[in-house]
Amino acid sequence: MSGSSAATMKLTLRIWRQKDGKAAGKLETYKLDAVSPDMSFLEMLDVLNEQLTKSGGDPVSFDHDCREGICGACSMVINGRPHGPRKATTTCQLHMRSFKDGDTITIEPWRAAPFPVIKDLSVSRSSFDRIIAAGGFVSINTGSTVDGNATPIGKTDADEAMDYAQCIGCGACVAACPNAAAMLFTGAKVAHLVKLPQGQVERSGRVRNMVAQMDLEGFGSCTNHGECSEACPKEIPFDAIVMLNREYMRATVAGKE
Amino acid sequence: MDLNARIPEGPIAEKWDRHRFEMKLVNPANKRKFTVIVVGTGLAGGAAAATLAELGYHVDCFCFQDSPRRAHSIAAQGGINAAKNYQNDGDSIYRLFYDTVKGGDFRAREANVYRLAQVSVNIIDQCVAQGVPFAREYGGTLSNRSFGGAQVSRTFYARGQTGQQLLLGAYQALERQIGLGTVKMYPRTEMLDLVVINGHARGIVVRDLLTGEVRAHAADAVVLATGGYGNVFYLSTNAKGSNVTATYRAYKRGAGFANPCFTQIHPTCIPVSGHYQSKLTLMSESLRNDGRVWVPKQKGDARRPQDIPEDERDYYLERRYPSFGNLVPRDVASRAAKQACDEGRGVGPSKMAVYLDFADAIKRLTQKGVADRYGNLFEMYERITGENPYATPMRIYPAVHYTMGGLWVDYNLMSTVPGLHVIGEANFSDHGANRLGASALMQGLADGYFILPYTIGNYLATAKQPKVSADHPEFKRSIAEVNAQTSRLLSINGKHSVDEFHRELGLVMWDHCGMARNEAGLKKALGLIPEIRERFWKEVRVPGVGAEFNQNLEKAGRVADFLEFGELMCLDALTRDESCGGHFREEHQMDDGEAKRDDERFAHAAVWEYKGPGQAPALHKEQLEFEHVHLATRVYT
Ligand SMILES: Cc1cc2nc3c(=O)[nH]c(=O)nc-3n(C[C@H](O)[C@H](O)[C@H](O)COP(=O)(O)OP(=O)(O)OC[C@H]3O[C@@H](n4cnc5c(N)ncnc54)[C@H](O)[C@@H]3O)c2cc1C
Ligand code: SF4
Ligand code: FES
Repeated sequence: MSGSSAATMKLTLRIWRQKDGKAAGKLETYKLDAVSPDMSFLEMLDVLNEQLTKSGGDPVSFDHDCREGICGACSMVINGRPHGPRKATTTCQLHMRSFKDGDTITIEPWRAAPFPVIKDLSVSRSSFDRIIAAGGFVSINTGSTVDGNATPIGKTDADEAMDYAQCIGCGACVAACPNAAAMLFTGAKVAHLVKLPQGQVERSGRVRNMVAQMDLEGFGSCTNHGECSEACPKEIPFDAIVMLNREYMRATVAGKE
Repeated sequence: MDLNARIPEGPIAEKWDRHRFEMKLVNPANKRKFTVIVVGTGLAGGAAAATLAELGYHVDCFCFQDSPRRAHSIAAQGGINAAKNYQNDGDSIYRLFYDTVKGGDFRAREANVYRLAQVSVNIIDQCVAQGVPFAREYGGTLSNRSFGGAQVSRTFYARGQTGQQLLLGAYQALERQIGLGTVKMYPRTEMLDLVVINGHARGIVVRDLLTGEVRAHAADAVVLATGGYGNVFYLSTNAKGSNVTATYRAYKRGAGFANPCFTQIHPTCIPVSGHYQSKLTLMSESLRNDGRVWVPKQKGDARRPQDIPEDERDYYLERRYPSFGNLVPRDVASRAAKQACDEGRGVGPSKMAVYLDFADAIKRLTQKGVADRYGNLFEMYERITGENPYATPMRIYPAVHYTMGGLWVDYNLMSTVPGLHVIGEANFSDHGANRLGASALMQGLADGYFILPYTIGNYLATAKQPKVSADHPEFKRSIAEVNAQTSRLLSINGKHSVDEFHRELGLVMWDHCGMARNEAGLKKALGLIPEIRERFWKEVRVPGVGAEFNQNLEKAGRVADFLEFGELMCLDALTRDESCGGHFREEHQMDDGEAKRDDERFAHAAVWEYKGPGQAPALHKEQLEFEHVHLATRVYT
């Protein structure tokens, strides 16, 4: 029940504070009373920030926008787990009822060299945009198309394409990976497009270029830990990586176009 | 203020074709000599920036998020309309046109709406070609669902994430152009001023949100695709960053602002749970296809929903509107919910909610059938409320969702400032006083892919303005003004947070300029807002400095604009002394509580002109002609 009656909690927060990309950062401790279990995790941080602002302190920077689990902006490692304890849930969709009175919560930014810290919990993920710019599209200009129903696509293929297309580009997969690999993210896009007839024409070039960009950005390689898929708020299946590897082999070793 | 809409001559079905023929073209070799600024990377801006670059223009594109893929459009759930008539259920371009004009309660421009319906069919083809994974039937064809305000099934969707998939399509097209070097993308960059030289829009002044640097960008034309201003209410379904700053500052530089009071309240959102609430979450309207809305018949009935017998429930939408039932347009559904709660029949801890019940749908379709259709929405509901909607009805309440008002544009989507074009939710556009579900995505993509890229060519080919650079004194002057505002905000050093003022403004707007409005309330709000604004400028604390990543400073600038804009909205609402669509003036209603229009006096777009600080804005009117859809009272019974 949206229990306004439910008891409130007292929490200890240990939050990563870092002035900018060059400064060294460290964990600072804050106490928060009267946290309602119906608050979202970000609303809990709003309350902290409001307190800090009003008492002359410096509020904590963090990225967020939609607060509905779809824009992929929010990005916090909570008690060592990207997006925190709840499966298939972004930080903004996590609610305080997942914690209990007296808890200590440690909050850190994504940690990966291709995601440099900007300030506190905000990092730069432009490397993801550059991977897409390298090939994560269908080269079709506006207007040069046929009727939407001209090419039938089986429901199963369309559904599978959608399963992969749901990636929100949050980067939790990278943050969770011991090698900071971006294979789940890249694989999700490759798999989405390869499942559809529209993705066939540029199939080989796409995967080659995206993988080359991934390496250039300094992302690591996959050694099959599977942490990425576990942390993924959209439950992008590990198969995306299998598919990425297969497509890459097909395009490079087999030299198919 | 010149409000000539420049509607082409000829029969409505031929206007757009004829216009495309008559417009001047830019020679392909000359296109790359033109730079176009596109502010915003949502469906409208993303589609426009990519298409303009494909055509050969150089594009400078801006958004305040860290990536263009995160624009607010990403959050749209339900779907996108198009007059494909794939279901063979009697749909047509004319019917979509008709439904949109009628749904907008006769406050939109017919010619624009007709064109929107025409290009709707191209949008679907375009998105399919990009690899948007729309829902499909077993035979491989595209699937459709129905949406509020329509009796045909014309809504295309990708699960509950249609906006995401459409935006990713546009984003990928945009990234392709970025890779090719034809678009220069500036993420985490906020437009803070429009620069007008010789009466033409020639560029913008921005703040680099990472470094705090304030700088100028010059161009041959400027396109604003900066979305809606629903966050003037503080609580809305919009993303936290959605704001009015770009359009409001353009207004201050001479762009007319049309119908600012036209806002849409969405009937199906998760109710407020506490004072800390930071935003509201929409439950897609598609749920009304299978969910049934009800409240107890008896006031103050505190029983659990499952303990209230069938004959003690009031399925008020089905009762009052038998032919549309739960699928009446949004404004009608929202007001009916408010009425039920005002009568003391609201449910849940706050009593400001009604039930949306799936028990019958589960009986009919099985739990799995319902999960197939709405699984992700049910999960979202559960995550937020901690309740399982398969077992107990959802609680919903209306929330601010969309703004039909925006900068006035002519048929070419150009504002009253030559060279300044406005697309997507940011313009006053095609939805009149109420937007139908699944029509915003359609309009954003129509503007961005298929309309603006043609019409802006006509402007560039005929404007013949000399090249300007960012060293022009007008840019310098604007940079100085932006810097002065930043210093002022940072120097107040008061005791209150920006959010405190924003919440206070939001409450005033919701109470007096929300779902129902009246003269006394609006006058009261017009007294309260300047008072809040004055306190803001004396008592706010904006921590940090200007030359750094400073989220509080970003927020403070946006709230400062909302604190002025809210007043304009209330003034517009007060001046529009009629009810129409989402604008419900309590003084003007039918016996059954429906909105009562006054076509004699108000069949116009109200366009406001900025007259300087402390001055009352001037009102101008664009008279609307209804040649095809005859003025009639909307009936949904
Ligand atoms: C929860 C929700 C669900 C919805 N579902 C549907 C649906 O199912 N069907 C439908 O048709 N419509 C739906 N809508 C409405 C629809 O999503 C929006 O109207 C539409 O996406 C707006 O698109 P846009 O391109 O105009 O603007 P937006 O997507 O809002 O993009 C605005 C862009 O402008 C940028 N920007 C803004 N200000 C500045 C500035 N000052 N400087 C730099 N950049 C700036 C932002 O960074 C962003 O890139 C929904 C809306 C909400 C809130
Ligand atoms: S694959 Fe999952 S974790 Fe990685 S970016 Fe996409 S949604 Fe986020
Ligand atoms: S804020 Fe958008 S996904 Fe969390």
